[in-house]
Amino acid sequence: MWDTVIGLEVHVQLLTESKLFSPTSTRFGAPPNTQAGLVDLGFPGTLPVPNRAAVRMAVAFGLAVGGRIAVRSRFARKSYFYPDLPKGYQISQYDEPIVVGGAIAIGVGEGVKTVPLVRAHLEEDAGKSLHDLYPGRTALDLNRAGIPLLEIVSSPSLASPEEAVAYLKELHTLVCYLGICDGNMQEGSLRCDANVSLRPSPEAPLGTRTEIKNLNSFRFLEQALTYEIRRQAEVLEAGGTVAQETRLYDPDRRETRPMRSKEEAEDYRYFPDPDLLPLVVDETLRAEAQAMLPELPRARAERFVRAYGLEPYAAGVLTSSRPLADYYEAVASAVSGKGKDSARTAAHWVMGDLLGALNRQGIGIEACPLAPTRLAALVLRVEDGTLSGPKAKEVFEALWAGTEEVDALIERLGARQINDREALLELVDRILDAHPRQRQDYLAGKDKLLGFFVGQAVKASGGRANPQELGALFRERLGR
Amino acid sequence: MRGEWHARDVRGLLDALARGEVTPAVLVEHFLERIAEHDPALNCFVTRTAEEARRRAARPLAGALAGIPLAHKDIFCTAGVRTTCASRMLSDFVPPYDATVVRRLDEAGAIVLGKTNMDEFAMGSSNETSVFGPVRNPWDPERVPGGSSGGSAAAVAAGLVPAASGTDTGGSVRQPAAFCGLSGLKPTYGRLSRYGMIAFASSLDQAGFLARTAEDLARLLVVTAGADARDATSSPEAVVDYPAALEAPIRGRTIGVVKEFRDAGLDPRVARLADEALAVLERCGARLVDVSLPRLGLAVPIYYILAPAECSANLARYDGVRYGHRAHDVASLEELYARSRGEGFGPEVKRRIMIGTYVLSHGYYDAYYLKAERARALLQKDFLRVLAEVDVLAGPTTPTVAFRIGEKNDDPLTMYLNDIYTNAVNLAGLPALSIPMGFVDGLPAGLQLIGAPFAEAPLLSVAHRYQQATEWHRARPPRFA
Repeated sequence: MWDTVIGLEVHVQLLTESKLFSPTSTRFGAPPNTQAGLVDLGFPGTLPVPNRAAVRMAVAFGLAVGGRIAVRSRFARKSYFYPDLPKGYQISQYDEPIVVGGAIAIGVGEGVKTVPLVRAHLEEDAGKSLHDLYPGRTALDLNRAGIPLLEIVSSPSLASPEEAVAYLKELHTLVCYLGICDGNMQEGSLRCDANVSLRPSPEAPLGTRTEIKNLNSFRFLEQALTYEIRRQAEVLEAGGTVAQETRLYDPDRRETRPMRSKEEAEDYRYFPDPDLLPLVVDETLRAEAQAMLPELPRARAERFVRAYGLEPYAAGVLTSSRPLADYYEAVASAVSGKGKDSARTAAHWVMGDLLGALNRQGIGIEACPLAPTRLAALVLRVEDGTLSGPKAKEVFEALWAGTEEVDALIERLGARQINDREALLELVDRILDAHPRQRQDYLAGKDKLLGFFVGQAVKASGGRANPQELGALFRERLGR
Repeated sequence: MRGEWHARDVRGLLDALARGEVTPAVLVEHFLERIAEHDPALNCFVTRTAEEARRRAARPLAGALAGIPLAHKDIFCTAGVRTTCASRMLSDFVPPYDATVVRRLDEAGAIVLGKTNMDEFAMGSSNETSVFGPVRNPWDPERVPGGSSGGSAAAVAAGLVPAASGTDTGGSVRQPAAFCGLSGLKPTYGRLSRYGMIAFASSLDQAGFLARTAEDLARLLVVTAGADARDATSSPEAVVDYPAALEAPIRGRTIGVVKEFRDAGLDPRVARLADEALAVLERCGARLVDVSLPRLGLAVPIYYILAPAECSANLARYDGVRYGHRAHDVASLEELYARSRGEGFGPEVKRRIMIGTYVLSHGYYDAYYLKAERARALLQKDFLRVLAEVDVLAGPTTPTVAFRIGEKNDDPLTMYLNDIYTNAVNLAGLPALSIPMGFVDGLPAGLQLIGAPFAEAPLLSVAHRYQQATEWHRARPPRFA
């Protein structure tokens, strides 16, 4: 058995209106090269001017993870030639990043693990090379050149693909919560490079690592790491050594392949960018970033447990995204105080039927057609006993599909639960009369038959009779 | 006076325009004729903008320089007008934007007659590295005009334009001003926007001007100085009314005479002229104080590490992909790069890119780049310490007068040492100017004055007072009178 050591470098595309060093728009999906201005194209004599909004977002992230915000950081030039890198260098941060340290807590099994961060720094994105658009030629789309990225580097302290995925999910949730990233992984808003190495035991020095580039989904991250760990283990067990290299994951073949090895590694010739003064985060900027911070997912989950009596698991699910937590909170606040379990019932409905319906239609909670107040009305009718479980589901479907209000639907569907003692007793007697043999058996000690009686009665009522009440009445009638 | 407009300075032309003695259109024609007649012998201009200039002169112009013809060093981007940096790499490059300095001079009513020759990408001290060939010094056509702003300097000296823009990374305005008998100003780093000025070494590059007098320099500076949202290194420091500050009294000002400016390489005849110039300033009421900059000798080595380092990255963008020279019939991406850059850049540019790449490389960075940065900080401290005690530092601008074309081409090191008195000023980011202080064998020599950061006003007023007491700045090369 090997001890696995994983560290992630995550590139988060910051949700700014304009690029990191130019006023060009960052809108996704524009026709190629229509969002590439003179500065982005590296025209002679043009100069980078830092985007304050991007800096503010980086500071907000640093505050959210409890990192140290560098009062003074620096942009550096990272030099290499590639056609989609217009200036021949990328403006990044090297030895003086804007955020140092901090940590992210992840759920591991039943417990919580703290993953320390090394740093987070600002850098500009490169453009895109399209190699398969024209045969024998490479096309360039420089719309992405200059888009602001926050690169977040974790310490090598993740012990398994599962932990790596949990970390990435937690980070994803966090940056979306902070409103600094749209979290859209298909569009490349959050990309991940994984460093992985094996060693014989946790006490042994770190083994040689490989870096797997550009993993853009949770699934690929998990698959790539699982493959790479097995590959390295096989190399080591055969007495070989792992080569330090950069690898790419091929999702179709589910394997990683070498991209370039350390021997051919580029010398990036980093040096401070003389076009930019040291980046100073003054009190004003820090205060602006502080003001951006919402209640963070963990704190919110803990509050959901305290205030709404939710199970930690449910609180975790409901705070996994800010719009979902906002939705739940809108429902919960509309029903709270009206019934002892109303907030928990609300959680049950949001997590169950609502998310199910959204999934079926493939839409996100942001686009949910059912207003929280309408779902709250349903929850209240469940809480006050007007609706039984099965009938509530029926009403939910109608509520989801149409515009009618809950009470009108209950009437139209005849879904009101029968709670009236006289009516229920009548039903009880009818069922007992119809099943004399089971009645005998029950009285002889077959307790299980109570469920049979209740089931028959509910069925006979068209699903409307209150099963709890029925159970009590059967016992009353049968004398035990 | 007809036909003598080129004998006037900017101030004189503004007076004549104000009195209605001449119109912008007449001035434009006069100077275009001068260019047509004399430029073939000098090679100052790489692009002429006669038609645009005539159209502009025909329209009403407003501003502090309304109707004044000018030329821009071909390092400043001019919208719709080819901007080459005197390099094959950019020989067809037409920028769609104006440099901020160009735009501000336009807004002040100036009229651009053309773009001037220079050392390729401003790398050189003799104007010999230009792809368009060397510029000749109007005082002696066998000699260099200095560089890299040699075309601008020669054009002003020969009366082809009354003033011109230049850039100064290590002396590229002051040294040609000295060699051509002109006044040349390099303001404090950050005083003028670098936007649209093609970069050589970003932490050292600063736009400047070449003109006949310190007074003209003040007029050019006041309309161009000030913060620019498109240059993060431009300074928010308030702009002074430089022309109004010219008459500030010199009495009581202290002038530091820098001991290290009298080193072994200094031509004794230039040294004598500097002594005489200092004596003039003393007679005008300034107090001379001996000062020392013990680390000045480090300036050239520091400069030739940092400037190439920055240039190696600044010039990486010329890859043949988006604009500029692109090699034909290439078989691979690597060949596209190698041949586009190999064909596009001249030998001096390649030399500096290679030096710069080397000093930034893994394993050499600490020994070269980082050490040079630290030494630069110490040098800067030396200057600021001395400038806390005196108002202005003074010494010769260059160790010699203009040398012969071709004389130093085989030995880059001797060429680099020509900037020994000017390099340090860029490393320290200080304002400095060069003014004519006499002649050695019929060739002009320059006095360099250096000030504290953003102290352009006292610098210009001391130079102005000197020019009220002397006639050197009125001398004109006989062939181009």
